[in-house]
This record gives sequence, structure tokens and C-alpha cells, in this order.
Amino acid sequence: MAVRTEPFVLNMGPVHPSTHGVFRMRVTLDGEVVVDIEPVFGYLHRGIEKLAEQRTYAGIIPLTDRLDYISSMNNNFAYCLAVEKLAGIKVPERAEYIRVIISELQRIAALLIAVGAFLNDCGAFFTPFLYMFRERERIVDLFEMVSGQRLTYNYLRAGGVSQDLPEEFLPALRKFMDMMPRFMDEYDRLLQQNEILIARAKGVGILPAEQAINCSISGPVLRASGVKWDIRKDDPYSIYDRFDFDVPTQPAGDCYDRYRQRVEEMRQSLRIIEQAMKQIPSGPVRAEVPHLIHPPVGEAYGRIECPKGELGFYLVSDNSIAPYRCHIRPPSLINLTALRDMVRGWKVADLIIIFGSIDITVGEIDR
Amino acid sequence: MTVALSGKEVAGKIEEKFPGSVVESGPDNLVVKVDSLLDIARFLKEADGLEFNYLNFVTAVDYYDHFAVAYRLSSLKHNHSLTVKARCYDRENPALPSVTGLWQGADFQEREIYDLFGIRFEGHPNLKRIFLWEGFEGHPLRKDFI
Amino acid sequence: MMIVDFIATGQGHFQAIPPDWPGGFWWHWLFFTVVVIGFVLTMVMGVIYIERRGMGRMQSRLGPNRTGPFGLLQPVADAVKVLLKENIVPAAADKLVHWLAPVVAFAPALMIFAVIPFSNGALLADLNIGILYIVAISSVSTVGVFMAGWGSSNKYSLLGAMRNVAAVVSYEIPLVLAIVGVVLIAGSLSMNQIVVAQNIPFILLQPLGFLLFFAAGCAEINRSPFDLMEADSEIVAGFHTEYSGMKFAMFYLVEYAEAVAISAIICTLFLGGWKGPLLPPWLWFIIKVMLVFFAMVWTRTTLPRIRIDQLMAFAWKFLFPMAIINLFITALQVLAGWPTQLMWAMIIVNFAVTAFMVLIWSRFFFRLGWGRIEV
Repeated sequence: MAVRTEPFVLNMGPVHPSTHGVFRMRVTLDGEVVVDIEPVFGYLHRGIEKLAEQRTYAGIIPLTDRLDYISSMNNNFAYCLAVEKLAGIKVPERAEYIRVIISELQRIAALLIAVGAFLNDCGAFFTPFLYMFRERERIVDLFEMVSGQRLTYNYLRAGGVSQDLPEEFLPALRKFMDMMPRFMDEYDRLLQQNEILIARAKGVGILPAEQAINCSISGPVLRASGVKWDIRKDDPYSIYDRFDFDVPTQPAGDCYDRYRQRVEEMRQSLRIIEQAMKQIPSGPVRAEVPHLIHPPVGEAYGRIECPKGELGFYLVSDNSIAPYRCHIRPPSLINLTALRDMVRGWKVADLIIIFGSIDITVGEIDR
Repeated sequence: MTVALSGKEVAGKIEEKFPGSVVESGPDNLVVKVDSLLDIARFLKEADGLEFNYLNFVTAVDYYDHFAVAYRLSSLKHNHSLTVKARCYDRENPALPSVTGLWQGADFQEREIYDLFGIRFEGHPNLKRIFLWEGFEGHPLRKDFI
Repeated sequence: MMIVDFIATGQGHFQAIPPDWPGGFWWHWLFFTVVVIGFVLTMVMGVIYIERRGMGRMQSRLGPNRTGPFGLLQPVADAVKVLLKENIVPAAADKLVHWLAPVVAFAPALMIFAVIPFSNGALLADLNIGILYIVAISSVSTVGVFMAGWGSSNKYSLLGAMRNVAAVVSYEIPLVLAIVGVVLIAGSLSMNQIVVAQNIPFILLQPLGFLLFFAAGCAEINRSPFDLMEADSEIVAGFHTEYSGMKFAMFYLVEYAEAVAISAIICTLFLGGWKGPLLPPWLWFIIKVMLVFFAMVWTRTTLPRIRIDQLMAFAWKFLFPMAIINLFITALQVLAGWPTQLMWAMIIVNFAVTAFMVLIWSRFFFRLGWGRIEV
């Protein structure tokens, strides 16, 4: 006998423990099975793109900190790249190295949060999350050394960085670099073979490569689907072409692969930092850039591989001191495009971990 | 390294297939007619040697007399990129064909443009405001909003 | 005085109703009712403290350490805070059901302790069907939980309540089958008799039964990794999403009272209850309960949560066949008289069987990730 059931609508969010911010999903459920979802955005919309049109080029950098607030340095980086492209500014050698080191540290910090939050969504009651925070704390300490801030750093400038590394930074970084591989091994030991994690995440929320490309997915989510595409490698910006690192990919594109992908990427970031620390030259850290930049009329698109994917700033200049238009390509928002197709037919618990494995920050979605 | 294709070069290829559809072309831009946007987009996605299978972003810029909608396309296969633009002169009721059928990644971004610029994308499966609520007056990213 | 001797030493012969008490039955009843309520409330505070500090330690943080020495008064402060909170009832809630649910859930949790011996013969009612009584009573809590889920008229609550009912119905079976093994060896259903029968803790004779009971018990009381009914990352807080103030405190209390109850049952059935050298029996009992509870805290901090279909599959495809096999082997052994004559052989054989069965079954017959069942 077939039991007659009736689908019902569940409003997940905007206040919900695992929507990673103020994000809402209208989920249509048939019992425990997800029939349909519709993401609803806008609870954190601050109009950063509009604000940027009223600010000077330098004044926008603090705004970019507030996009994806767990990887502010990378946001600064993408924006500064766009401005430098637009105004034709040449960045000093030492500043480039500092940027790469900082950006990779930030990537590790953000990926740690991504992995920790994913496992939290899996139901591991905060233990992995807090383990990851233990290491992130060290990175944040390093950032505090260079910028004085712990979350919104506002450290990079068009034409370099705001100030040189303090003397004690490199020894402290050395210490961190010696510790980190051990911690990474510890995570692997604790998690990689965990039966429940594998049972929960393997084969769940598969994103095929063609669809990932069609949906403009980028970053670890794209690479976990088996597409070898990393902007650091395929369109090297700054000085990434000088470093030797691999672009790891995973075969299946399920939640477990996305988790593995992030762990592998942290290891590659460590490799890059290791090389950058050896090669870093001395010299100025900031090009001679006027306070008020008047870029020539035109447009530029600066993009970087940020921990969530391709973060880009599309700037249109009208030769004034403020950009005529500042568009942000938010990886978090665009990576959600495939969410609906990924979760349909799975259960509520799967919905949460699939959503967690995409790794979003609402500050970037809503801007 | 991603090669930015010259707009002129690609414009030549497009003109061969769809004569008179390119409005303007320079070394780094390519402006096409709104009517043939969808055909050109399909051509760009499927033509041999181009194969722009990845849509980096869609955005719009308000130039007072018109809206320029920019599509940045990349090909992961050939590792090249191109910015295609379409101009929309109607201020009251601007409309463009939606490219979600070709690149699903345009879904949320077209909704965003609809929300913040008021440009309608015909053929979009779920064209609703994305950040602001239904009934919000005006479109904030237009230059004449406040 | 006799009562004090009775509780403190555990000496004195077991009797169903101690008639030599002044006032007879009623004094006994009153005394142990007070003891049980006091015990449950203080133990709940104790285990909350242990859980929070223990979890803090395992998660490389401190845990509560401000209220009182070593943060010992934290549960008290929490209790005061939560009791002073406003009582909010959703407008669409079924008021009566919403109001009754915490009571219906709380009463059985307390009633379980009526048959748990704190010391030899020191228990409220030594029913000759004690363990059966526990099995019957503990399921009643589910009714309270479902009332809460339904009465809140909240979809998260409903999902949580549905999951709870599904889980409890499934897990009751391996739970009871694991108990039967112990009952066969002890030859009695009375909790006190089971402890008296344990010359060595039954965990040695019934290692597989212990594991099954521990897993099923965790699932019964929503402890991780089976805490789907209040899975905070999925359905917010499950059935008590819409509860606040004192009613929430009741559910909180139920949760921990049930955890203490399961710990106490495990300790009675498998760990020799109040038996132990040197220390007074009641202290042994509390220590053992705390240890079992600590194991639950440990799993909670270590393991991710499983999915609802995996929860069901785990009960029916892993625990259930294991419990049947365990019961069968135990029955044969009891028939052959091993528990009395060949105890050491039984220990060795049963440990070997446990290791073999768990390895073989988890390798060839059941993996959590295998297949999905639609529920």
C-alpha cells in the first residue's frame, strides 16, 4: 500500500546554525527528502558596489575586507590587482612576495574554516572546528603582526602593501611552517579514514565536471569535480609563475572529494609559502603611487584564485578619483548556482553537508 | 596564461556567420547587437577554436544614455578569454535575451542585474529580485538612483 | 542506625520490602523517593559539568571556569538563568500538548531510577521484573518527545520528533536483545539480583552485548553519533526548538537524566553495579556511572553524526543480527553451564567471538555507506 504523502515547505534560515551566516533556503520536503530548494539572498546586502562608486580607489580597500570576511587579504589582493591593471602600476618585487605569502596564509586560514565548518555540518560537535581554529589562530597572529588587525586587515595597497613585514615576522612564519605539516597529518589521521565521515560524504551531492563548468563554478569545488583549472597556474597573476606547485584534482566531485580537495590545497599553499620565504628579496614594498589615483578611461578585470574560487573585480574608470563602476565577481554566489541540482532527491542531512561543502560566506554573496 | 582574444579578430569570425551583428570592435572589446546576442553567444560557445564554455561573469554598467551589459567569457579548453558587450538603449523598460540556457552560471547574476539595474532578461527561468525585496522602488546601481 | 548502615555498607541481606524499617513500607518509599530525586538532580548537574569540561578539554579549550571553584557552579547558574527566562509558546501551538510534553517526557526518566540499586538492596522498589519495567518505562519518554514535536507546530520540531520515534522503535529491539543475554546469565530480571549475580562484571562475559547495548542506548537517548533528533546543524534543536524557560529546562533535564539512566543501567547490567573493593558501594556506583557517561561524552566529541537512513540500517542490519547471534551463543553457553563452571573459557570465547563478529560483519555484511533506504 502506498502511503499518501504531502510535500511541505521548510524555511531554512536566515537564522539557522548551519547556513553560514544570514542565508535562507526555501526547502520543499517530502518527509526527509528534498524535493526542491530555492536560495533566498539579500539579508546582508550592504550595497558595496554602489558605495564603491562614491569612494576613492584607496578608500575601497576597507570595503573589500568586508566581502568575504574570512579571507580579507585575498579580497584586497584581487582589488589591488584590478586597480594596478587599470592604472598601470608596477609593484615592487618584495611587495609581490609579501602578497603571495600573505595570500597563501590567508588561503590556508580560510580553507581551515571551510573544512572545520563542513565537519561541523556533518555533526562532529565542534571538535574539528576548534582544532582548525587552533591553527587559524596562529595565522591570524601573523596577520596581526603585519597589519595590526585580526579579521579585516586592509593591508594591501594599489602598488604594494601598506608597510613592510616587521622583523620578527619571518622567524614567526618559519615556526608556523615547521608546525603546520604536523597538524595537517594530524587532521588526516583523525578524519581521512573516519567511517562515518566517508559514509556521510562519499557519493553525496555529486557535481559532474560539465555541469560545474556550465554553472561557472570555480575554486576547490570545480577542481574536486576533476577540472584542472587554477588561476594561479592557468592565468598566473603577480609572481605565481615562479613557484613550483601542483594543482590537485579529485575524481568524483562528491562532498568527500571537496573536503579532500581543500586539504590538498592547503598542502600546496604550504609549498608555495616555503618557496616564497626562500626567495623573498629586500627592497621597497610600495610603488610611488599618488594618494588619489586617476586611472585612464577604460576597464580592467583583476582576478585571483581565492579560497572559494575565482574572485574578480571589474573596474570601469572615467578618469576620476572614484571608479565609475566596480563590479565584484563573487565566487560564493556563483558557486551556489548548482546547489539546486545537487541537492534534489537527497535528504535534509545531505542538503546541509552539500551546502557546507560548497563553502560560502554570506558577506560575499550579498555584498 | 589566459590569452585575451582580440575583439577585432573574433568580430571577423562573427561577421562571417551573422553579417551586421557586430556594432563595434576594438582590441579588447566587442559590442554586439541585442537582437543577435543569443545567436552570437551560442556561436561563441560552440564554434571550433573558440569554445567559450565558461562564463566568468555578467554585469552591467549604466552610461546614462544606455546600459552596457558585459559578458566575460573564457574557454577552459583553449585558455583564452573575451569580453562581449551588448548595449541597451531603452531606459524605461530595458530588456535582453537571457543566456542562462547556454551558461547556467548566469542564473543568479542576471537576477542580480535585474534587481539592481532593472534590465529584464527574457527567457530567464526565475527572474525575481535577488537582494532587495519585491516592491522596492528603483534600481540602486543605476546612476540616477539618489 | 540501620538505614545508614544499609546504604553505606551495602551489607545486610537482600529483601524485597525491608519490613524492619520504622513505619515499614511508607518510610522506605518516602526516603528513596527523596534519594532518587536528589540523586538525579545532582547527578545531572554533575554530568553536565563533566560533559562541558570534558568537551572543553578535548576541543583544546577550557570550558566553563568562572562560576565557583573550577566552574563547578556553572550548572547551577545555568539552571537559574534558564528558569528565569520568559516562557514563550508559539501562537499556532497546541497549547495543552505543548505544556504537557515536558512532563510526559520527564516522568519516565525519573521513574527508571526506581529500580536501580545504589547499594545492595538500596532501591525504591526491587521489582522482580525490574529490567522489563525499565524497558517499558523508558519508551514512554518518546511519547513526550513526539508531543513536543507535534504540539510546537514547527516543522523542525516535527522532523526531530519523527526521527526520534523512528529511531526509538528500531533501537528498542537490539537494546532488549542485548539485555536478554545478561538476564540469561544472571537468571533473574530483578536489577538487584543481576548485580548480586555478578561475581565478575558481565562486560567480561558479554562484551558484544555491552557494545550493542551502549550503541543502542546512545541512540535511544539521542547521544552522538545518533543525535539526529536534535541535530543542531540540520534541524536546529529538533523537538525542543520552540521551548523556552522552564519547559526547556525540563527537556534539558530529561536529556541528561536519560543519559544518567542509561549509564546507570549499563553500569548495573555490565559493570557490576555497586560492587567494588575498598570504597563504599554507592561511591562505586557513582564512579561507574560517571565513567560510562564520560565514554558518551567522548563519542560525542569524536564522531560525526550519521544520517537517518544509516541510523535505521545500522539498527536493522548491524545491531539486530549481532544481538540475535549474541543471544544464541549466550544461550548455548548457559545451557552448557559455562557461566558457573567454565567462566574463564567463556570470557575468552566471547571476546574472540566479539572481535570476529564485529570485524567480519563490518567488513562483509554491513557498511554505513552501503546503499540508501528510503524512509
